[in-house]
Amino acid sequence: MVTLTAPETSTDTNVETTLPAVSTDSFSVDLAGSPVRDLNQELHNAIDGQAWTVTSPGGKHSLAVGINADVTVTVEGHAGSYAAGMHQKGDVTINGNAGVGLAENIMSGTVHVKGDASQSAAATGHGGLVVIDGNAGARCGISMKGVDIVVGGNIGHMSAFMAQAGRLVVCGDAGEALGDSIYEARIYVKGTVASLGADCIEKPMKAEHLAELGELLAAAGRTDNPSDFKRYGSARNLYHFHVDNSTSY
Amino acid sequence: MTITSEPLTTQGAAPRDLAALGLRESATFDRATIADIQRAAATGVYDIRGWGAKRQLPHFDDLLFLGASVSRYPLEGYREKCDTDVVLGDRHATRPLHLQTPVTIAGMSFGALSANAKEALGRGASEVGTSTTTGDGGMTPEERGQSKHLVYQYLPSRYGMNPDDLRKADAIEIVLGQGAKPGGGGMLLGQKITERVAGMRTLPVGIDQRSASRHPDWTGPDDLEIKIGASRPYYDTALAVKSGADVVVVDGMQGGTAATQQVFIENVGIPTLAAIPQAVQALQELGVHRKVQLIVSGGIRTGADVAKAMALGADAVAIGTAALIALGDNDPRYAAEYSALGSAAGFYDDFQDGRDPAGITTQDTELASRLDPVAAGRRLANYLRVLTMEAQTIARACGKSHLHNLEPEDLVALTIEASAMARVPLAGTSWIPGAR
Repeated sequence: MVTLTAPETSTDTNVETTLPAVSTDSFSVDLAGSPVRDLNQELHNAIDGQAWTVTSPGGKHSLAVGINADVTVTVEGHAGSYAAGMHQKGDVTINGNAGVGLAENIMSGTVHVKGDASQSAAATGHGGLVVIDGNAGARCGISMKGVDIVVGGNIGHMSAFMAQAGRLVVCGDAGEALGDSIYEARIYVKGTVASLGADCIEKPMKAEHLAELGELLAAAGRTDNPSDFKRYGSARNLYHFHVDNSTSY
Repeated sequence: MTITSEPLTTQGAAPRDLAALGLRESATFDRATIADIQRAAATGVYDIRGWGAKRQLPHFDDLLFLGASVSRYPLEGYREKCDTDVVLGDRHATRPLHLQTPVTIAGMSFGALSANAKEALGRGASEVGTSTTTGDGGMTPEERGQSKHLVYQYLPSRYGMNPDDLRKADAIEIVLGQGAKPGGGGMLLGQKITERVAGMRTLPVGIDQRSASRHPDWTGPDDLEIKIGASRPYYDTALAVKSGADVVVVDGMQGGTAATQQVFIENVGIPTLAAIPQAVQALQELGVHRKVQLIVSGGIRTGADVAKAMALGADAVAIGTAALIALGDNDPRYAAEYSALGSAAGFYDDFQDGRDPAGITTQDTELASRLDPVAAGRRLANYLRVLTMEAQTIARACGKSHLHNLEPEDLVALTIEASAMARVPLAGTSWIPGAR
């Protein structure tokens, strides 16, 4: 079982059938002595408004996955692979680095990593906001389907590969083959792009793009100037198979 | 070639007639091959089609049951009980699937199939107490509503992937590959990307959709049910078990697809017959055979195929192509329309075009409306019952009171190839090529 400290502010926990819809309780879980599976089960049972703190995460995998309530979860340390995967609601903050597959398939809510994230961050994310203050590894935003991603540092190669929808903001540099085979996702990069992938091109920054970028940066708590960024997206030349494009793949 | 004094008219002549005229067809460059080359030269693109491998392959037809004899005691047909139920996922799952027949419906997407077809699959499967499976593109209300046991496929593309739908599912199948195209992603051509299909997949309407061939955030086997396209089933099955799977699905190269390059369908993967013993060996060596269930798909057509797969060690089978045929695919009553599409009933495999006269592999509203999901579901239920009864008939003849009691010892092979692949002796001998 999860080792829980006593709630700092308590409600009557003896009356389970009358639990409030919104709680201000806060809980602390020390993973040094309890399994991740129990933590996740507790988080699945959590109700809106609760605040959870996870200590001694020790780089363990699959921390805080599948949360479906408006809770705040703070991980005090490094997370392993697939942290905050399939995140549906609430806010997860990792005061450290995150491993492979951070916020994989996120649906909504926010996931904020104060350090760096490994490869495939926010892969296949359908919605919500993922903020990485540091750098992100290869394949950041791969197959993204509506998620917004803001990376404070650089991102690795093949990021936004087959990205379908959503926005990827990079305040540093982007690695090789950015946006390869991209669909309708939009990419904003402040620094340099090592190379663009197949069918990804630079596109003009219009007022609407400056506005949405400004909102994304503000949501991520950043002060970068939107006009310092360039926009990239699909040339839409590979949307249909055609023999003349056979060398593009 | 014989020169006759009469004018030679070959138009519409049968091959035998042509041979009588002294014309010889090349075995290497047969007419289908010549047509393929001509088509490639004319269009500049490879052929994309549906269905599975059409080439001749060692298959269940190359195995026979021995039946009972003096040393074996048969059960009385239609008198003595031969059970058919199967429990899937009792290693870890708190709510394993308990199916009344071991014949399940394989994953086929809404998008590849019409909503009516998906509903019919759910109706037919539920009527006989078996499961149906979603596919690329997510779960539709029609399918969930009509399926008593619905398996949700978690595919590399993650199209339509939704944790709420995951929770609505009765089981989760993590797809790592498909027998028709192990190592390849799916395709759905623009003709079938309607507004509804595009919306579910977060794609622009009308584009040629390419599904991912691998899970984008996976780089290894570190991480329920796992579907594997048969290519290296011994190692893949072992890795799936180590990852904690309750059930492993192995799909041979005869397994169908909605749309893939023909060169892929016909040249990548291994026959279902060759895949089963490898997967069973992996399960046995890990001590989990019959604990982690094995579902086999790819070319299951008859109750004999079901029984043979189970005798080789499968716990259940899955059907796709056969289920579509039961719904009404390739029905001769649409002969004129198949002909207008340049095909014929019994040959139609252009599932990618979305112009299916039977209303199954289409998103065209008018064509889709031709398929009555109630009547088609009833036909599928009939077919599933026939498969089950046929398998029971054979099992009783082999003296088995449950389909699961069928065993390799009940089988012999007709060919050396089948003997080596299935690892059962050549009929009339004790010889299994390659056996140590």
